[in-house]
Amino acid sequence: MELSYLVPAIIIVVAAFIVYTYNRLVGLRNMADTAYSNIDTMLQKRFDLVPNLVETVKGYMRHEQELLDKITRARTDWLKASTMGENAEADNLAAGALKSIFAVAENYPDLKANQNFLMLQEELVGIENKIAYARQRFNRTIMVLNTVIERFPTNLIANLFGFKIREFFEVESEQVRNTPQVEMQGGNES
Amino acid sequence: MDPIISHIASNKRRTFFFFFLYAIMFALIGYISGLYMGNPIFGFVIAAIIFCIIFLISYYGGRNVVASMAGAREVSKAQEPFLYNTVEALSVAAGKPMPKVYIMETDVPNAFAAGRNPDQAIVAVTRGLLNRMNRQELEGVIAHEMAHIANYDVLLATVAVVLAGAIVYASVILRRMAIFGGGGRRSGQSNIIGIVFLIVVAIIAPLFAQLLRFAISRQREYLADATAADYTGYPEGLASALEKISTMQVARSPLDNQALNGLYIVNPALGASALNKMSAMFSTHPPAEDRIRRLRAM
Repeated sequence: MELSYLVPAIIIVVAAFIVYTYNRLVGLRNMADTAYSNIDTMLQKRFDLVPNLVETVKGYMRHEQELLDKITRARTDWLKASTMGENAEADNLAAGALKSIFAVAENYPDLKANQNFLMLQEELVGIENKIAYARQRFNRTIMVLNTVIERFPTNLIANLFGFKIREFFEVESEQVRNTPQVEMQGGNES
Repeated sequence: MDPIISHIASNKRRTFFFFFLYAIMFALIGYISGLYMGNPIFGFVIAAIIFCIIFLISYYGGRNVVASMAGAREVSKAQEPFLYNTVEALSVAAGKPMPKVYIMETDVPNAFAAGRNPDQAIVAVTRGLLNRMNRQELEGVIAHEMAHIANYDVLLATVAVVLAGAIVYASVILRRMAIFGGGGRRSGQSNIIGIVFLIVVAIIAPLFAQLLRFAISRQREYLADATAADYTGYPEGLASALEKISTMQVARSPLDNQALNGLYIVNPALGASALNKMSAMFSTHPPAEDRIRRLRAM
């Protein structure tokens, strides 16, 4: 008699768990896709500005041809990129080149006085920041997604529906800001 | 359960509770004044209509009311690229839509956020803040405001400010009517106004002042600080910004407005004492000193 209650109860609990986990996985996957398309949009915006920047800067920076080649090459790489890894590499190359260009620009007072350059600089530094945050968002989402896919017992459901672990959008030289551990309960203030 | 999710649920519950209390209060006032006019149902209906209007304004137009109360105006990307880019970056970090960006033309540094949900939010900063912060500090401040938006603190705060503001406004109007109508040819009508005035001023206004305090708890500031540090990955930015902002508040601040003070990142009413323990007596915000200490310990 007890068994006749127990069996349906277990079935309901298991079914609820499957539904919950499946929905969570779908939610995380969509979040990751949104985050990735965010990165993509930002990269697009940045590389759209690159020819403009090169055009503005090249009259001033006669001795920095190498830098300008580097940023142009990053753009070509990115245009050809088809995988996320290639995207990340182009991103990395461009980020480094842009940083150098803005650092070197300090030595060119005429350039620093150019209104067009200043506008481009603010825009590009803003985009760099957005790319960094979009990347952080993406990697954190992937981290949670991968944990759900790998951890028992949710891995059973992930395997059942064919969810695969995904790569991080990685940038080697980018550990400038280390993320601190944050406690969310905010202490014992009354 | 995830502390952020339960915090969001609590904010929604409290907002509902606020509206509920407000409705009861209106029903009572309407009924009592209707009773004096000899038709309680009529008074009730009038009160219900007024309540509905206030509800719609506070829920759907709350952010505009708050913005105009604070004297903030919307700015575009072309006008303020630095500010706009920073807000956009943090909205990406928070994974929320881009809020509207507002500026208040005053030299005292401060900032707030309002709106009923992350899709309908605004972030406002003062000119003084923009002039004094470097990029990391501004990012910290904006991250704190984005955290309030993501946590639905803005819903409760916006609704509370508008509802409480309506009471304050009503008590001013009623006072005027009571004074002008006082000499009355029609003493019956001025009696009603007098009674409603008494109810509002003596009972409801202080009650709402108390509720506003309950709505805008100190806990939410700690939570928003922690979330902000998580978004930027750099707690020192916000810590340093809080240090600057709290030491730069002035006595008789142009931002000081009793209904709005709880909304700002640092309470503008505290003047230069915002940094230290003095401010612990005013319960909307924990002392900035304490928040800075916690951020630096992360």
